[in-house]
Amino acid sequence: MIGRLFKFHGGIKPDAHKHESASVAIERAPLPSRLVVPLRQSTRASARCIVEVGQKVLKGQRIGEPEGMLGTAVHAPTSGTVIDFGRYTMAHASGLETRCVVIEPDGEERWVEHAAFDAERAGRDASLAWLRDCGLVGLGGATFPSHVKLGKGSGVDTLILNGAECEPWITCDDRLMRERADGILAGARILFRLIGARELVIGIEDNKPEAIAAMRAAAQRVDDPVRIQPVPSLYPAGGEKQLIRVLTGIEIPYGKLSADYAVQCFNVGTAYAVYRAIAHGEPVLSRIVTLTGNVARPGNWEVLIGTPIDELLPLAQPKADTNRYLMGGPMMGFALPRLDVPIVKGSNCIIASSPTLLPPPPPEQPCIRCGECARACPAELQPFELYWHSRARNFGKAQEYKLFDCIECGCCAYVCPSHIPLVDYFRFAKSEIWARERDNTAADQARERFEFRNYRQEREKEEKAAKLAAKAAETRAKLATDTTAVKAEASTATAEDPKKALIAAALARAQAQKASTEVRNTEDLSAETKADIAEIEARRKALNLTAAPPPALAPKAGDPRPDEAPAVEAEGSPQS
Amino acid sequence: MLTALLVMTGIALVLGAALGYAAIRFKVEGDPLVEKIDAILPQTQCGQCGYPGCKPYAEAIAKGEAEINQCPPGGEEGIRKLADLLGREFKPLSEEHGVEKPKSVAVIDENTCIGCTLCIQACPVDAIVGAAKQMHTVVEPLCTGCELCVAPCPVDCITMEVVADTVQTWKWKYPVVEIREVS
Repeated sequence: MIGRLFKFHGGIKPDAHKHESASVAIERAPLPSRLVVPLRQSTRASARCIVEVGQKVLKGQRIGEPEGMLGTAVHAPTSGTVIDFGRYTMAHASGLETRCVVIEPDGEERWVEHAAFDAERAGRDASLAWLRDCGLVGLGGATFPSHVKLGKGSGVDTLILNGAECEPWITCDDRLMRERADGILAGARILFRLIGARELVIGIEDNKPEAIAAMRAAAQRVDDPVRIQPVPSLYPAGGEKQLIRVLTGIEIPYGKLSADYAVQCFNVGTAYAVYRAIAHGEPVLSRIVTLTGNVARPGNWEVLIGTPIDELLPLAQPKADTNRYLMGGPMMGFALPRLDVPIVKGSNCIIASSPTLLPPPPPEQPCIRCGECARACPAELQPFELYWHSRARNFGKAQEYKLFDCIECGCCAYVCPSHIPLVDYFRFAKSEIWARERDNTAADQARERFEFRNYRQEREKEEKAAKLAAKAAETRAKLATDTTAVKAEASTATAEDPKKALIAAALARAQAQKASTEVRNTEDLSAETKADIAEIEARRKALNLTAAPPPALAPKAGDPRPDEAPAVEAEGSPQS
Repeated sequence: MLTALLVMTGIALVLGAALGYAAIRFKVEGDPLVEKIDAILPQTQCGQCGYPGCKPYAEAIAKGEAEINQCPPGGEEGIRKLADLLGREFKPLSEEHGVEKPKSVAVIDENTCIGCTLCIQACPVDAIVGAAKQMHTVVEPLCTGCELCVAPCPVDCITMEVVADTVQTWKWKYPVVEIREVS
């Protein structure tokens, strides 16, 4: 089956450097001395830790519970003991720390009980939940949760598997397709059914003929009518929007998802992980990582998630003049802040770089507005305009020029004759705009809460006043009917001043209460104590304490307030 | 001559009536300028400007009673935005109203807190939870860092802590040209 191919705008052809690592079969990396498993596998979402320090864990046992819409579970990559739960540097350009579970492997690789999942019988929702609990995320590098991407299960006609792998140096998908084509196809069929697609296309760049042949052979073996489509090698053909454009001719506009255009795209590595999760019940515990660049033994290794990179590097034997390491490709990757950061689900490649292999960019020169960047931009933007506005911190203008359509592929910076690090400017502008949006949302929230607080205080004041008025009226009514409780002098006052009457009534009640107070619990006391009590009572009588109490003590809690003034004061008191 | 006069008077009457109708029909409720100014202000509700909240300060600016450089949390950028909006000259932040500080949140030392509820009443955005004689705590995402709760605390158990960057809030730095020594 050969379909018509389309073209995307721009693109570049950098030196592929694929042969270094593509010729060696995938090897399993040895168990490291410890595994640092971040609960946050990407900036998007984090998981909640469900193990304790000192606890024994089995291979595949869940250690992080998914949290939020975009959360996925995290699992112990091997059996061992949890020795720490703390903050460790994350594999991220910021070099910031994130919460990690540190596991000391026991070397036994004992699996937790796991079994195949019957996706057909369980239904769609259960299958998606299963994938989430298996920690399934896009393994192409973006680590977007697959269960979210599988979405509604209708309205998608074409499922695309992305095997383009357009970035130079990286060969992990290439090797995976050559060696595990059957698994990829099986995973693709599972995704195909889950998404309710009608057509399955696998796009592979034509510089990987072995991978194309292996996939075709696998498709023939199971007689699968899949379209395995070689696409021209042109960076960034592996970008989701670019690959969809090349294979289907559909251009996805800003703010829309590919699913809105009946297309969905998954990486081949993700498809393989889906196959392992459904057919074997195995969560994502490892991934294929390319170790290449300035090394003596480049190749691909199957690495457990959480393996510290400094324990991995000796496998590839970096050369002496290596000065820094990149995670991801040379176009979109970032320099590792430290070497003890762990491999995460999105780490597809580690490149050892030396000043001769990937020389530092020459100094930035002024933009000459040649327009080369605009010709190279696969998103059909005008990077030079974006550059002006980002540089001048004119973020509104940058957004008008569709800054957020930029996929940060680095084509513009690659072709720039003035060596301007354009993508750095765009990343700076994007993160500034996001920060501003966060600030604005926080300000709106604060405004709302402030206004509500003011409204609430007003309302409480009114409610309190109304309550007091009602209570006063009630007491007054009671006084009018119940004249016996009021002394003669008070009743005369009632006519002229109801407040005085209230005070008098309260005083009378307090007196009555005091007079009725008796010493209780005296039955079992010794004769001596009884004598003491009698003596005290006599003294009290002599001092006339049982009679009129001091007026300040008269109104007790629960009594009607004699005046409204203290009530207003009470507004400010803590209990009000 | 008379025709011309009549025509002109007629036009004047028609246009006058139309304008009069439009003035009533499209009357703007409230001052839209206040809303615009309020949108620029950071909504910390800290009162450092001398007004009880951001909205009153916005109203004062709109009336011309207050300067645009009285808001320390808004900082220089806020003043620039206000200057742009109002067509006024940019002024550096007025020192008597405070200095620009990094974004921070209040943190209650829960061992020292005596549960007096004074900070709860001081908080302009209801970001502190607690009850009388119970431990209080600050709901961090809601705290605007206004510092209004610090002064009322009788046991000085509230401190302002600068918000640290997380992976989600971290920002790419402005690309700087590396300056290298020339041999």
